[in-house]
Amino acid sequence: MAEKPKRQQNKILVATGMTKRFSGLVAVDNLDFYIPEGSIASIIGPNGAGKTTFFNCITGFYQIDEGELIFDGNRIDGRSPDQITRSGIARTFQNIRLFNNMSAIENIMVGQEPHLKSTWLGSILGLPSTRREDDDTEERGRELLQFVGLEGKGDMISKNLSYGDQRRLEIGRALASKPKLILLDEPTAGMNPRETIETTGFIRRLRDELGITVVLIEHDMRVVMDISEHITVLDYGRKIAEGLPQEIQNNPDVIEAYLGRGAAASAGKNLAS
Amino acid sequence: MDFSQSGTRQTIITLGLLSGALILFTGAVGMIAAFHEREVVNDFITLGQLVLLITPLIFGYTAANRLGMTGEAPMVVLGGGVIIGLLTTLPTTIMLLFNSDEFRFLLDWSLRLAPFVVATAIGWRMRRQNAETVTVVGSWLLVAALLGIVTYSLALIFEVKGDLRSVLVNINRDWVDVVTFDNRRELLQGILVFSLASVLAGFLGSLCYYMPRIPRRALFYGLSVTLLVGAFGETVRLVLQENLERDTLNQLFRRDTLRQNAALGLLIVSTVVGYLWAAFGDRARHGFQNLGGQERRTTQMIGTALFVALLLMLPWLIGRTLSDVAVTIGLFVLMGLGLNIAIGLAGLLDLGYVTNYAVGAYILAVMTSIGPLGLMKGSFSFWMVIPIALLAAMFAGFIFAVPVLRMRGDYLAIATLGFGEIIGKLAISDWLKPLIGGAQGVQAIPKPIFLGTELKNPEQLYYIVLVACLITLFVSIRLNNSRTGRQWMAIREDEDVATAMGIDTARAKLLAFTLSAATGGVAGAIFAAKVGSVFPNSFTVFISINVLSLIIVGGIASNPGIVVGAVVLIGLPELLREFSDFRFLLYGALLIMMMINRPQGLIPTKIVSHEIRAGVKAKAAVGD
Repeated sequence: MAEKPKRQQNKILVATGMTKRFSGLVAVDNLDFYIPEGSIASIIGPNGAGKTTFFNCITGFYQIDEGELIFDGNRIDGRSPDQITRSGIARTFQNIRLFNNMSAIENIMVGQEPHLKSTWLGSILGLPSTRREDDDTEERGRELLQFVGLEGKGDMISKNLSYGDQRRLEIGRALASKPKLILLDEPTAGMNPRETIETTGFIRRLRDELGITVVLIEHDMRVVMDISEHITVLDYGRKIAEGLPQEIQNNPDVIEAYLGRGAAASAGKNLAS
Repeated sequence: MDFSQSGTRQTIITLGLLSGALILFTGAVGMIAAFHEREVVNDFITLGQLVLLITPLIFGYTAANRLGMTGEAPMVVLGGGVIIGLLTTLPTTIMLLFNSDEFRFLLDWSLRLAPFVVATAIGWRMRRQNAETVTVVGSWLLVAALLGIVTYSLALIFEVKGDLRSVLVNINRDWVDVVTFDNRRELLQGILVFSLASVLAGFLGSLCYYMPRIPRRALFYGLSVTLLVGAFGETVRLVLQENLERDTLNQLFRRDTLRQNAALGLLIVSTVVGYLWAAFGDRARHGFQNLGGQERRTTQMIGTALFVALLLMLPWLIGRTLSDVAVTIGLFVLMGLGLNIAIGLAGLLDLGYVTNYAVGAYILAVMTSIGPLGLMKGSFSFWMVIPIALLAAMFAGFIFAVPVLRMRGDYLAIATLGFGEIIGKLAISDWLKPLIGGAQGVQAIPKPIFLGTELKNPEQLYYIVLVACLITLFVSIRLNNSRTGRQWMAIREDEDVATAMGIDTARAKLLAFTLSAATGGVAGAIFAAKVGSVFPNSFTVFISINVLSLIIVGGIASNPGIVVGAVVLIGLPELLREFSDFRFLLYGALLIMMMINRPQGLIPTKIVSHEIRAGVKAKAAVGD
């Protein structure tokens, strides 16, 4: 699973010297990293290592204090979240954040925002172009629902969906913006082993069928080692290791970062085996 | 009867005393006596008496529901109803005895004895919980002394002032007349009549629990219709006056109240109709849902056409007085639809909506007035100024939205509340006095002229409001199902995530505020033309609150809900003059009741009911 196709030569996202401080606390510290294009990359690290902050910096939720971020050849640091989404980065959230009182299909239709052009006046007047766009949006929404395995549930209010379905819908909504890079924040959190395996397969499909580069934050080491082609390990906001799964498993710094903190011995075994 | 279970006993006593407190409270604020002025059925029952009897009935039914749910025997449930009826009269009875000359000594004695009784009761309780003797005695002395100071001073006040009336002004003869069912002279007999009636009502309430569902609903419909027609006799008569012969009318009504046989007839007819609806309504709805797409659309079209026809004919059907009320309701519907864009769709709690109303009204006033303040000296007509008022209100909405774009929730509400206040102060300020007349306002606003006819009657103005409402409705439905509507909903649900989806939230929010302001401006302009003059004191925070309340009561983001909300909150108080003194008391009570029992509003949006259906379906599919 760690074989490297040639397209990974390009780096789709590159950060140099990225730093984020919260009034004295350095959450992300002078970080240099890259994500190979077309790969499935993972960010791991103990709790509080700065993984989610890292996501928030990339997606513009936080403005970085120092360094630069280059996505697909363009600088994206300093841009607002909606501009970054428009440039081709989509994300999901650690705690599911769907539009709870909207139906599943509406959630996905909102996800397509970056590609919509119709205006409010067009909607009031019922212009043919607006109608066409609305129909296309819905049509594509149904296709995406099918892709994420929610066919037939499009008219359900999203808060009534089961937990696993909500996770899938959130990924579907992220996909709706046709991203080049998708950031998944703990996609298997709270799932049972069977759902975890399904989700792992689903993440592979994102890359293999849609050609999207995937970056995930994940705590389940089996998932990480199973699907990642590139792993970055963070601790205290710093990068302590980077590379292929085997390299990470045997890296003494990583083992220390996890075990030194009194992490469960079983997690250590998982890492070492 | 077995009332030994403490849960059962507690339910009955709590509900009974609550019901009694409600009766005493409504009496003490003067509502009962005021409502007694209005007869519901001629020489049979008044609105005040209705309140006295409906309260134990409802509480009896509620208690029966709760007790029945926990599986109590019928004897306990029915006995509970009787006890609730009795407890309902208790606080009022005590007040009656205290208030009468014969039994005044009871008040004196209870005020003198109360400290010792309460102190002893507390001491007894502490003793049972094994407190030390010193503590018990100490507490006894303390409670008796503290309470004694209060009650003995009260007793002194009553002795000096003579009676309770000086303290509770509404505990007066009128009130005694109502609660004793006109037995003021024989007080004990009056109390007996009141108690018997109340016990009967409580008993009937609990008996309702054992009625099968369909007859119960039928009876509920029948009684509601009859009592509503009776309570609004004046209004109903006004409506019928337009369409019926005078003689027929006089057979149904005696002045403004329903005659007894007319009431009986109405009760029977509406119960039968209610029965049919309860029995076959579900089937009809089901049948409608099973219709093919084409047939269903045809049925809906016919329904819509009938509804529009009714709206068009309304002024002829209801006459001038009620048309005036309809225009007021229409103006609030218009504002409700507008504010709903900000609150219902985009989730922006705007408490300064009166701003737009004032801008529209003053723009129209200044542009069309033929008085000294008129800018155009009458050369601009109503129709030319309406678009200007609309644009001006949109501009005001835009300007006021810019500084609050970064605010959310509570902060936004407070900031917009501030804007509303600023507008009120500006209107009355000396600074703008040369332009808009300060406290004197702008006068001599001509009525709109349409094809050479001056639209001066409410029946004619009604159509302007109707057209404005229909256009707004159309626009708001179109927006609701559009990309823009989805952007707003996404912002309402989670603004951060909406940004992450690529929505320019600042722009979308500006648009929501701006479009929402537009109808407020039109409503203000029509209001100014209708009244013919504009004063600053028409534009208070109560306008904003009224509009907000009608949206909440009707059902947030629900267009039919806004109409119903406006009828209930704006129309009913106009029609029931007795209510006017208690308007805000009832308003508050209604809002609290709605928030507890029906937070989704009277007519919730499709998405809410849809969601319930979808939830049920999904559960059925999963099989749990």
